[in-house]
Amino acid sequence: MTFIDYYKILGIDKTATPKDIRTAYRKLARKYHPDLNPNDKDAKKNFQQINEANEVLSDPEKRKKYDQYGKDWQHAEVFDKAKQYREQSSDSGGTWYSETQPEGDFSRFFESMFGGSAGASRSRQVKYRGEDYNAELHLDLLAAYKTHKQTLTVNGKKIRITIPAGIENGQTIKISGHGGQGINGGPNGDLYITFSIANHPRIKRQENNLFITADLDLFTAVLGGEITIETLNGKVKLKVMPETQNGSKIKLKGKGFPVYKNEGHFGDFIITWTIKIPTNLTDKQRALFTELSELKYNT
Amino acid sequence: METEYLITLHEFCAHHNIEISFINSLQQTGLIEITTVEETGFIDSDQLQQLERFVRLFFELDINIEGIETITHLLRKINSLQDEIKVLNNRLRFYETNE
Repeated sequence: MTFIDYYKILGIDKTATPKDIRTAYRKLARKYHPDLNPNDKDAKKNFQQINEANEVLSDPEKRKKYDQYGKDWQHAEVFDKAKQYREQSSDSGGTWYSETQPEGDFSRFFESMFGGSAGASRSRQVKYRGEDYNAELHLDLLAAYKTHKQTLTVNGKKIRITIPAGIENGQTIKISGHGGQGINGGPNGDLYITFSIANHPRIKRQENNLFITADLDLFTAVLGGEITIETLNGKVKLKVMPETQNGSKIKLKGKGFPVYKNEGHFGDFIITWTIKIPTNLTDKQRALFTELSELKYNT
Repeated sequence: METEYLITLHEFCAHHNIEISFINSLQQTGLIEITTVEETGFIDSDQLQQLERFVRLFFELDINIEGIETITHLLRKINSLQDEIKVLNNRLRFYETNE
């Protein structure tokens, strides 16, 4: 645990007046306030630091204690005084809100010196909404293809969620009430889950359409025939048209990815043909290709 | 049945110790919507989180209503740009892995 220089955090010197502290705090709060920096963990961390600094320096008693014992916080007397202070302390009237309020948001330094988080020293029974939690869930393409249930452990609690088919990579869903616990009977925060969907080795996804590149032998490409393609939903037998060109595409309508929260609707499955030229020709094959070539130029 | 999801303005203001005129100012700028049932003003619980954010911006950070309006507009724009980035990233990923 290291000493925290609250003056440095607020960018003021030790002679700062309460007005200077308030001004410095407001200025930094406007910069780092979580309401103005949604989903920015660095801003949140900075805001917690300036909040803590303000909590100490804007309170004359805490400031005095900090100035007197701050650098020697390990001194036993500080703990005794902190304990005594904690018992006597009443609400200092600062305005707090849910996202910065939960336990653990104050440094260990603060808690050692002032005996617990600021919330613990407040007698005013104000209800605060719990903190919102953010989590990332990794899925493969096949798992994202079907609506399924998963059990997650969030802060030691197991919750079972339904993941709708068609979820996008990077998409965030909200699970209401599964964030941090509300304070003084306030509502719980929400849980936000962002999905990270791994690429499939063979099938690429773009929104609701799926794409593959499939090999086609030269003979089937020239003469036409049948080929079996594996989609995410099983095998499909396809008719290949004669004289199919390399790089040409065919679309299997409705065989793509499910549309998110739109049951029964699917994107398309698009196949791009790569025509494979035969190698290691036998003498007979070479002769026939030569004959074919001569025919081409003679017609 | 609908009123189950509504919170009276009076209750909200008393809870946050704020004047009802602040809520009215937010309504006038279109930042929130107030539902009136039998002459009593209510806010939908869906707007609660947003409204509490406005309260914090106004009272904690000294940002006036015009500032809140601007911030809200810019945050919406950031959200929409982030969504666009997400779509473009997915598209880029498609081409990168196709190489």
